[in-house]
Parts: sequence; C-alpha cells; structure tokens
Amino acid sequence: MVEENRSENAARQGDFLILSDISKRYGGVTALENVDFACGRGKIHAVLGENGAGKSTLIKIVAGVVQPDAGTMRLEGEEVRFPSPSSANMAGVASIFQELSLLPDLSVADNISITSPPRRLGFIDAKAQRRRAEALLAEIGCEDVNPLMRVRDLPLSRRQMVEIAKALGQRPQLFVLDEATSALTSADVEKVYAMLARLKAQNIAILYISHRMHEVEALADRASVFRNGRHIETFDWGRRSTGEIVQLMIGRDIATQYPPKPRRPRAKPALKLENLCWEKRLEAISLEVGAGEIVGLGGLDGQGQKTLLLALFGVLRGVTGEIAIKGKPVRPASPAFAKSRSAGIALVPEDRKTEGLMLPMSITDNLAIASLDALATGPFVDRAKERAAVEKGIARLRIKIGDSKDAVSTLSGGNQQKVVIAKWLMTEPGIILLNDPTRGIDVGTKQEIYRLMRELADQGVAILFYSTDYDELIGCCDRVAIMYDGRIVRELEGVDLTEHNIIASALNIDGAAATSATGEAAHV
Amino acid sequence: MSNSTISNSTLSESTMAGASTSGIPIPGIFPRRSLGTDLLIKLRQNIGLVTAIGLFCVVYVFYHFAHPKGFSSAVFVQNADEVFTLAMVAMAQTLPVLAAGLDLSVGAVMTMVGCLASYLLSGAAQGTPIEFSFGGTPHILATLPGGIAGIIAGTFICLIAGTLAGFFNGCVVVYGRIQPIIATLATGAIYIGIALFLRPTPGGKIDDDLNWALTNSLQDFASTVHIFDDGNAPWFAPFGTIPVPFILIVMIALLAWVPFRRSVTGRSVYAIGSAEGAAYMSGLRIDRAKLAAFTLAGFFAGCGGLFLAIQTSSGNADIPQAGTYTLNSIAAVVIGGTSLLGGTGGAIGSIFGALILRVISFFFRIFDIAPLLQPLFEGIILLAAVSIGALRVLRVKNTLELFR
Repeated sequence: MVEENRSENAARQGDFLILSDISKRYGGVTALENVDFACGRGKIHAVLGENGAGKSTLIKIVAGVVQPDAGTMRLEGEEVRFPSPSSANMAGVASIFQELSLLPDLSVADNISITSPPRRLGFIDAKAQRRRAEALLAEIGCEDVNPLMRVRDLPLSRRQMVEIAKALGQRPQLFVLDEATSALTSADVEKVYAMLARLKAQNIAILYISHRMHEVEALADRASVFRNGRHIETFDWGRRSTGEIVQLMIGRDIATQYPPKPRRPRAKPALKLENLCWEKRLEAISLEVGAGEIVGLGGLDGQGQKTLLLALFGVLRGVTGEIAIKGKPVRPASPAFAKSRSAGIALVPEDRKTEGLMLPMSITDNLAIASLDALATGPFVDRAKERAAVEKGIARLRIKIGDSKDAVSTLSGGNQQKVVIAKWLMTEPGIILLNDPTRGIDVGTKQEIYRLMRELADQGVAILFYSTDYDELIGCCDRVAIMYDGRIVRELEGVDLTEHNIIASALNIDGAAATSATGEAAHV
Repeated sequence: MSNSTISNSTLSESTMAGASTSGIPIPGIFPRRSLGTDLLIKLRQNIGLVTAIGLFCVVYVFYHFAHPKGFSSAVFVQNADEVFTLAMVAMAQTLPVLAAGLDLSVGAVMTMVGCLASYLLSGAAQGTPIEFSFGGTPHILATLPGGIAGIIAGTFICLIAGTLAGFFNGCVVVYGRIQPIIATLATGAIYIGIALFLRPTPGGKIDDDLNWALTNSLQDFASTVHIFDDGNAPWFAPFGTIPVPFILIVMIALLAWVPFRRSVTGRSVYAIGSAEGAAYMSGLRIDRAKLAAFTLAGFFAGCGGLFLAIQTSSGNADIPQAGTYTLNSIAAVVIGGTSLLGGTGGAIGSIFGALILRVISFFFRIFDIAPLLQPLFEGIILLAAVSIGALRVLRVKNTLELFR
C-alpha cells in the first residue's frame, strides 16, 4: 500500500515543479513533514486538505514567503531557493494568497504594477501603468473597475479580482491561487475559470487551492490531498469519487453535510425589521427572523447584505425604519449597545483578522473581550470567572489550542473563526448575525459551524446568516432572503429553496422580466 | 409607478458602469474612465491636500487684508523667510510618517546642520582655518576655499551632514529593528549633542552676501550675484518681487520630492505605510525604501537647518527650538492631510501645513496679542486646525470606517 502510494506520488518525468522531502516546523508544531510533491505544465493541480493540513505552508514555500527547514525544490529540473517573495516572482512564480496582499491606500493601477511598474526615464510611468491595469482588468473581464480608484474603496469581491489581475500581470510560469475565489461572485468565478483555461492552454502550471469542492470539480486535472502536514495522495481527477476525497482529507467519514432542518411552525419573531433604509444602500428592508430560525441572506456580493448586518449591529449612522427585538422597538446606536442585555445581538464579522480578533492578544483575552462586563467584579476582571468562561467556550466549540495564553494568531484559520464565534456565544446573545462565517475555512470546521448553528437555533436563538455559498444557504437555512441592489427581492423557503431560484433571484431576472413586461404593456 | 422609476435608475447606473459581460447589471457604481470621474476620484483621494490649500488661501488673504502693508513684496519676503525652515522640516517629517513611522530627530538634525553651517558658510577668505573651541582650547578643524567656491563646498558639506544623519536614522530603524519613534528619540539626542559640541554658545557667522541673496526678493538675489544686469533686465522685472525662499521651496519640492514620489522607492514607502505585510508579499524592497525615506528626511531637515543658519546669520544649539520644530513638523504634516497611520498624503500637503501654522503665528503680530498668551492661542488654533481635518468623521455613516 505504502509502496503503491510512493509510486503514485513520485515526481514524473517533465514535471515543472518538484518538491522533495520538504519539512517545515513552526516552533513545536510540524506544518509539513517529508513532503514530496510535483506538478506539471498545462495542468490545473488542485491541492486539497483541511485547514492546518499544510497546504498554506506548502504554497508559502513555493512563493518564497517561508523557507523550508529541510528538503529541496526544483523548477524545471533546476534546484532553486526562494529567500523572498520577490525571488520567487523573478523565477516566474505568481501567487494569490488567502489573505489579500493588496495595498489599501494605493490605487488599483499602482497595486497591479507594484512589483515592476512600467518606467520612463527611471520614474514610474503613470499613463503606461494605467493602460496596463486597464488591459489586465479587461483580460479577466473586470472592466468596471476604474484603475484610479483606491483599493480601500472597492468591495471585497472587486479587490480579489484586482489581486488576480496583479498576479496575472507578472506573466507567471507557475500560477498559485490560494482560496483566490473565496469572496467572488459567481459571475466573477466564471471569468476566473475562463482565464485559467487560457493559462492552461499557454502551458502554464497552475496550483489551485479551494475549499469549494464544486470549483475543484470544475477545474482540476490532477489533485493532491494533504492531511496533518503529510502528502497523502496525488491522483488524476476522476480517479477518486468526491466521497473518497473527503475521506482522504479528513480521515474520517462524514455522513451528512448539513444537519437536518426541524419542521416546526414559525415562532414569534425575535427580530423584526420594517422599512429599514440607509444611504441608498438599504432600501425598505422588511424581514422577520423567528426565535429558533435560521434565515439566510443571499444574492450577489455587495447587494446590501453586509450593510444590513452592520445596520443591525449599530455600526451605521442614520438608519431609518423600525427594528423590534422580541416585540420591543430598539435602535442600536453602537456595537456596545447591540451586545447589551436590552438588544442581545452578536455579529461574527466579515474579516476575522481585522474585525473579529486582536491577533497579537492571547486566546483567552480574545474570547473574554466581548463579555468582560459579565466577567468583572467592580472595575476588575475576575480571573477565576474568566478562566471558567474561556474554558467553557473552548470546550463548546472544540477549539484546538496549545495553551490559551498563546497569541490567537498562532491558530489555524478555522480555529481562529471558532474563537470569534465562541467569543460571541459567551455574551449569550438572542440574535446572532453571521457575515460569511465559513469563508476560507476547511470542510470539517464548516460542518461543525453548521451543526452549531442548528444547535443554537434549537435553543431558541434567531440567526441571520449571510453567505456567498449558495449550497450552504440551501443546506443550513430555514428561509433565505435574496437581496438585490439594497432591497430584498424574494424570500425562498421549503421546496422553493433551490439553487436555481436563488441564482435567478440574485440576478433579479424575474424583476427585470417583470418590469420589461409592464413596460411593453404600457406601450401597447 | 414607483417600480418604473426604480428600473430606470438601475438602467442608468448600468449604462454608466458599462454593461457587465454577463449582460446583467451589477449595481454599485464603478465609474468608468472619463475626465469627469477621474477628476472626481483624484479630488476625493486628495481631499486633505485640497482642504489644506483652501484653508491656507483663506487665512493668508485675510492676513494680508488685516496687515497694514498687506500684499507688498516686503511682507511676502518676510513671510517666506519665516516659513522656509518649518516647511523643510515638515517635508522631512512627511517621509517617515508616510511609512507609518515618526521621526523625532528632524529638529535635532536641523539644529546640528545649522551649527555646522555657522562655521562653514562664514565667507571668510581663502585658507582661513575653521576653528572651534571646546573646553576652552581652540581646535582647528580644517581650512576651506574662500569666496563662492567655499560657500558651495560648505553648502554641500552641510547637506551631506543632514543626509548622513537621516541615513543613520534609517540604519538604526532598518537594521536595528527598532521602532522609529524611539530610534529617532535617541539619535536626535546624539545630533543635539553634536550641535552643542559645535556651538556650546550661540555664535558663528554667515557670509553677509549669502544671507542677503537668499532671504530677500529675486531682484536682490540677482543684484547680489550680478546676473540679469544686476536684476535690472526688463524681462526680469515681473519676477523681481518673488521671494527667494519661495523659489527654493518650489525647486526643492520639484527636484527632490516629485521625483521621489514617482520612483519605485517612493511608491514602496507609501506601500509600507499602507500595509507593510502586503508590501513585503508583493516583493517590494522594504528595507531599502525605509532607508531612503529616513535619508531623504535627513536631507530635507538639513536644508531647513542650513537656511535657518543663513537667515539668522549664526548657529545656535537651541534645544527647546529643536523640540518645537519637531512637534510643529508633526502638526504641519497632519494639517497637510497626511495620515499618521501612513500610506496617504504627501510632502506638498505638509508645506501647506507649515504655511498654515506660520500664518497663524503671523496674526499675533498684527493683532498685538500679549506674547505670554501666544502659546495658549497657538495651541487652541492648532487644535481647531487639526479638527477641520477631523470633520469628515461627522459625515462618516459607517462607523466601522473610523477604525480603519
């Protein structure tokens, strides 16, 4: 068996990138152990595995971000060492990382040409740079972004497209995409597919990391599975069934992906919104979320879903309309009010690294930070209470940690997200707002989050859940409200809750058809 | 009825954004290339600079109206002399701030270079030894060529000294991995120490012609250095009243700042202030850019010190003055629209920040406010000026943006 794996995993003649016997340790944690890995030109090679499986470390080694402790790397037969990202770039490796590597205060054009801007007389040629940005954005079908705009002012999905344009501009021989599509709309994902197909035809080697199985299914020619820092198996796509792959990834069987939805009559609304408006970004939002109900927010990215969650959490000023919690009208003026007893709202934010966690602070500090009021005696934090509460939180979400005094930045992405969720559960909220909580998270953790959501709902918590993944919305939600251009265009539930309906509503096809029909009628 | 207006607005937005390739309009406006939208984007991104320029124009015009000799060349010249040094020190401060740092040594570098200049630019005859006394015994440092060659050589040495001080700051920050604020606190003390070593008591001398030529109008400059018929050439007349320090600021900005801004290194400095991790991941040379930022800061601070010595015709290792200049440089940078978090702004804004700060103090002279009250009023006005920049906070509807 081992022998067979070896032959399957071994580098093949003509492979473009060959890693031999690579190991990497971070402190006491082994990230990669004696990994052999190879990928060839003109193929999309998927790298699969749970968070913490070693995929990210592998990619970082290839991109020159980290150096392996042992082992060799060969590119087109020649041994190479990448002491820095720029040396990897020079060798023809372009990478798009899970954490966006854009410079928020610089313009789109600046960002796209950041590594080697076009120059005239030694100075950056702003016009040439702009033309270059326009050409590259057009190449990935993203002409709607003005290259003069600051990256900071773009929505996440557009930023990710800019990132792709930036990497593409390096005209790489090896193109590495690490969760590069996690924030993209489905229309953009199609464009990225088309681009990848073109690159493949140009005989470029592509490494593709994604937690979205349907993407991998659509793209991969070959796949490698990693688990616990080891390379488990590499195979041509199609030789393994999805079930087998999942099992290789997690090493255990997962029976059902989504917990069953209980059938019960709709409870009294825990959260009731009426005619909520804000700055033309939210228009006349009326929505009810019952106690014990999971309501999804769907639609294309940037249609007001995140804005709605922020409005409920008291982040936005000048919100008009009615918000009632358990029948009582409230007006959240700040997150501090939103989490207080009188509102009891928790928000798991979009970006866990900047809005969810204080990365350099310890796991304990992060977990306790939202419920310090409850953990304090007078002005001082009660250490004993804090420890008890933190331990409970860690146990409840099964967060894998070394020591709770470690900085939260030492945890893997999935475990970091669990810390964010646990931190909010410690405030005992009645309403939980989730902003794409499974973005960039491994399958195992995703399922744990789904199960937890249902568990909370069963306990009577009202959940409002925004996700970019339609599959997830269908699997988890009792009801899904589709947003388009700041308004709710349709609510789907029961048998109507299908991918087809979600997509149709998300693109507002019905609405467009309806208005054109009435227009014609008016003409007649 | 309401339905049709909605679809209309969606339609017009989508035509503005250009039909997306999928044929379905994606709302959320991404303005396409056109002169109008480009200008709007530029304006919005440089709102700090635009505000500073506007504010300066308002207060300065007001000042001239209030001044008995307003709008005269003499007033312009005097103002330009008084603003030059702070403008340079503010430009110096801009660079570390753009890289999300802070340079507490700019005032010290300025002072050190000023003290050095009071030896090197005395305009003494050829071969005169440069002496300085320390602990009672006179030492001979070196001899310089006299006349114009001596002045040029002295200027170079002063500017190199400032640049080296900045480079040293950069080395401590980059290779010592020490945070800029504490690194420059220490090196600033060193530079003040050197300044005190050079000038234990105020003194020294600056060549009279040099002082006259650089601190007056262009006409006076021309007549001192004997160009353009001693400044009497007819074509020269319209330019004659322009203050020389003003020309110098424009030249230094155009020859040092603008090229830097457009260089890859300059871009890298902005990138570091914006997101250092992302800058590193983009394969930028972080160390080199930081080193360049501090070095250029030293150069600008050196220019300031040089001019201060020329203007006052002496060297003075004045510790409180160095501190005041450092703190005012930070204020000028902020008023000029550069974020202390780094990544946005620029040295041109800082020049205007310095102008605004100085004009405020000019008002004390014409309104005859008791000198003892000056710091109090300066503080209040500074707070008010900085608050103007903070006014945008009131318009922010998404409070999360305040914390980014």
